[in-house]
Order: sequence, then structure tokens, then C-alpha cells
Amino acid sequence: MSESAISLTNIPRISPMFRFQWEEAQACHVLLYPEGMVKLSGSAGEILQLVNGKSTVGEIIAALKEKFPGAPLDNDVLNFLEAAYGHGWLRSVDD
Amino acid sequence: MVTVGSAALTTSKPLWLLAELTYRCPLQCPYCSNPLEIAKYKDELDTEQWISVLRQARKMGAAQLGFSGGEPLLRQDLEVLIAEARRLGYYSNLITSGVGMDEARVAAFKEAGLDHIQISFQASDEELNNYLGGTDSFRHKYEMARVVKKHDYPMVLNIVIHRQNIDQIEDIIKMTIDLKADYVELASTQYYGWSKLNEAGLLPTREQLARAERVAHDYQDRMKGKMKIIYVVPDYYETRPKACMNGWGSIFLTIAPDGSALPCHAARQLPGFTFPNVKHMSVEDIWQTSDAFNRFRGDDWMKEPCRSCVDKGKDFGGCRCQAFMLTGDATNADPVCAKSAHHAALVAEVNRITAVSLETVKTQPLVFRNMRNSRELAP
Repeated sequence: MSESAISLTNIPRISPMFRFQWEEAQACHVLLYPEGMVKLSGSAGEILQLVNGKSTVGEIIAALKEKFPGAPLDNDVLNFLEAAYGHGWLRSVDD
Repeated sequence: MVTVGSAALTTSKPLWLLAELTYRCPLQCPYCSNPLEIAKYKDELDTEQWISVLRQARKMGAAQLGFSGGEPLLRQDLEVLIAEARRLGYYSNLITSGVGMDEARVAAFKEAGLDHIQISFQASDEELNNYLGGTDSFRHKYEMARVVKKHDYPMVLNIVIHRQNIDQIEDIIKMTIDLKADYVELASTQYYGWSKLNEAGLLPTREQLARAERVAHDYQDRMKGKMKIIYVVPDYYETRPKACMNGWGSIFLTIAPDGSALPCHAARQLPGFTFPNVKHMSVEDIWQTSDAFNRFRGDDWMKEPCRSCVDKGKDFGGCRCQAFMLTGDATNADPVCAKSAHHAALVAEVNRITAVSLETVKTQPLVFRNMRNSRELAP
């Protein structure tokens, strides 16, 4: 992934190096990897729940807007996705 | 005896469950982390008992599960346990020597839902690898590492680093790059049990360490974003202790092959303990109420210099086993700490051991980890 902003047509998927799931005992979504766990904030969990290897970034944002009407979330989502690519949590389906 | 009396139940959760399925192992590494007494514990938990442990710990919040040993591949029910772990929602890690593995089994584990495989290597050259492991295993390990990546697992390669392989560190890292490891653990030997016996043959010199550290850091930079290199320094050369197990009874729960529950896999050597067993007690009770798990929680048990130390919430006074082994009292500060009255003695001992030349060290026999030696050493 380059430094530039993520395109709305990009299709992300969870990297095979990580497993994303709801963790009841932590009361949050988490990413699990060899011998480790990242606890995710509520909004990060909402975004990653929509990452399925099929939806584009544009569709993910649209779905979130439907769920949280009136929230100005475009930039927050793009920033989070960019950070998630940077951490290696996400891969583009065409990678 | 320290008791917890009516103290509030701990709010900590056993996030990390280490399931030591067996002490049997085809390898004989002289730095094995299993206790010297391995030959004494022959009665392994059966499949149903392990499944019960997995269910109970998961209910308490365990998320990471390590299948370890000994060599966990020796358990014929491993596929069943992996499938149950997946069903329960664990992230499961198989910690193996690779001996006893073949491609069909790697594929079956994937099918059952295994998340990650960690393979150990003893060295980057066949001769030294096979000498240290006491088995002709190098080529098979190499082949299995390829198979693990072929089946798209995240792969960790673990190499225990010590005086006799530390000078090969660059070749070791190159080997892990060739095998396309995702994570590499260059883990300096920790001196407990078998490795304590073999300390004179394993403890590297300061010069060896300084060089190895430079090489490791150089490759950490070079491989950024592609492969993560974790370099664990040997704590005998530190002046502040490690935060052992992230604190006693804080996140780690080890279940030994016979069902004994341990706050860390080396804890069995501590005197004055009766470790609870999952055959007789629920995992919840073990974690919450057993004396063994409560003994070193919090800081009430601490003596000086720990009690008044600003770092006591950060390093928890270091390692209890090390404190016991080096001072005879598990409630003392870990002598790795420069504030410990026993630190100077540790430094002197390290200097004495490492003053012996590498050539001489190589002529000294190592005590290999096997059942025969266990029976002799711990009758």
C-alpha cells in the first residue's frame, strides 16, 4: 500500500496473518495473531466487521452512514483503513 | 504460608493457556524448558480431560491457546483438540519441533482450524542442529517449514540462542528469510532446569552478545514490514529484571501433561508449593482461590528492595524461579536486578563461566534432555 489516501474502489480483506472476532470476555472486537491480540475500539470494530473481501471502501462507508445517520465519518474511516493497512491487518484483494 | 484470606477475587483473566500435552519428545535439547522430573509424570490427561480444560479456560476469557510439550505431535488426538479449540473460538498455536509432521497432517490441522505453527530450529547448519537436538531432524524441519507456508499458515520460527550457536546468528536469520517466516524468535536461553545444568556450555560471553545484537538489529531494520524479528536478550546480563509472565497469576496458565496447573512452566521447581490439578479442581477455582496462583499476586509478598521500588508495578520483582534458584528464597528480588544484594554474586558467576574459552566449552559434554537422564537426575 502506498502512502497516498485509499481509493474508494479498493477492496480490503483481513490479512491471513490475523483473525478478527468478537471477544466476549474483553467486550470488544479483537485481532488475534501468533501469540498476541489487538483489542479494537468500538468504531474500529464496526469498520472491520464490514471488511469481507467483497465490499469496496466506498460501500463500507455507505453502509456505516446508513447505520450511523448524520455522522461525518468519511475521513475517520479512511484514516483508520490506512492505519490498518500500515499495521498489516488488511490486505487488498488484488495483492 | 501466605494466605489470601477473604481478599477480593482477582479480576485478571487467564488470557494465555499453554497446554503441554505431553513430556514425550523425539528431541533431546539440553536447554529444554520442561522440568528435570519429566520421567516422573507419565499419566497424561486424556482427550476428554483436555477438552474440559479448553472449555473451562475459554469461558474464563482465554483467547490464545498454545499446544506444546514435549512434542505435541506425539498426541494422536491433536486434530480433535484443534477442532474443539476452533469451535470454542481460540486462536490456536502449535509449538513443535516439526518431527513427526508430514504434509497430510499439516493439511488436516488446517482443516480442523489450526491458526498458526511455530517450528523450532537448533541451528542453521545440519551438524550442529542435529547434535543439539540429539536427533537427525534438520532436513525434515526445513522441509516442514516449506510445507507450513505452502498451506498458508502464519509461521514463527524459534531458535534458542546460546554460546554454541550465537556466532551463526547471521546464517540463522538468512535461513529464516529463505523459509519465508513471518516471525522469528531469537530467544536467548533462560537458565532453568536442563539449561541451568548446562549453563557452562550455553551462556554466551558479553562480546558474543554485543555482536549478535548488532546483527539482529540490522536485520530487524532490513526486514521491516516483511518479517518480524524478536530478539530476546539473556537476562543474566541485564541490570533490571524481566516482567516475568507479566506478573504471577496475571495472564498465563500452564497445564502440564499430568493436569497440574502452573503459573509458569518453570514453577514446578519452587519448594513449598502444592500445585493444583485439573483432575481435582475446576480451572476457575485454581485461578481464583488456589494458594499456588495467589502466592505472588500483588505486592504484599515482596521484601526489600522490591517493596519500596518505584518499578515494582512494572517488573513485579522479576522471576520467582530465578530468585529461588540464585538466592534460595523465592520472595527475594530477582538477582538480575542491580538493587539485589545478590546481584554482585551473579555477575561474578557469569564472569567465571564465560572466562572459559569456547574451544574448551565445546569439549565439555552437555546433559541431554531425555527420560534416562531425568530418571538419574531426579529419582
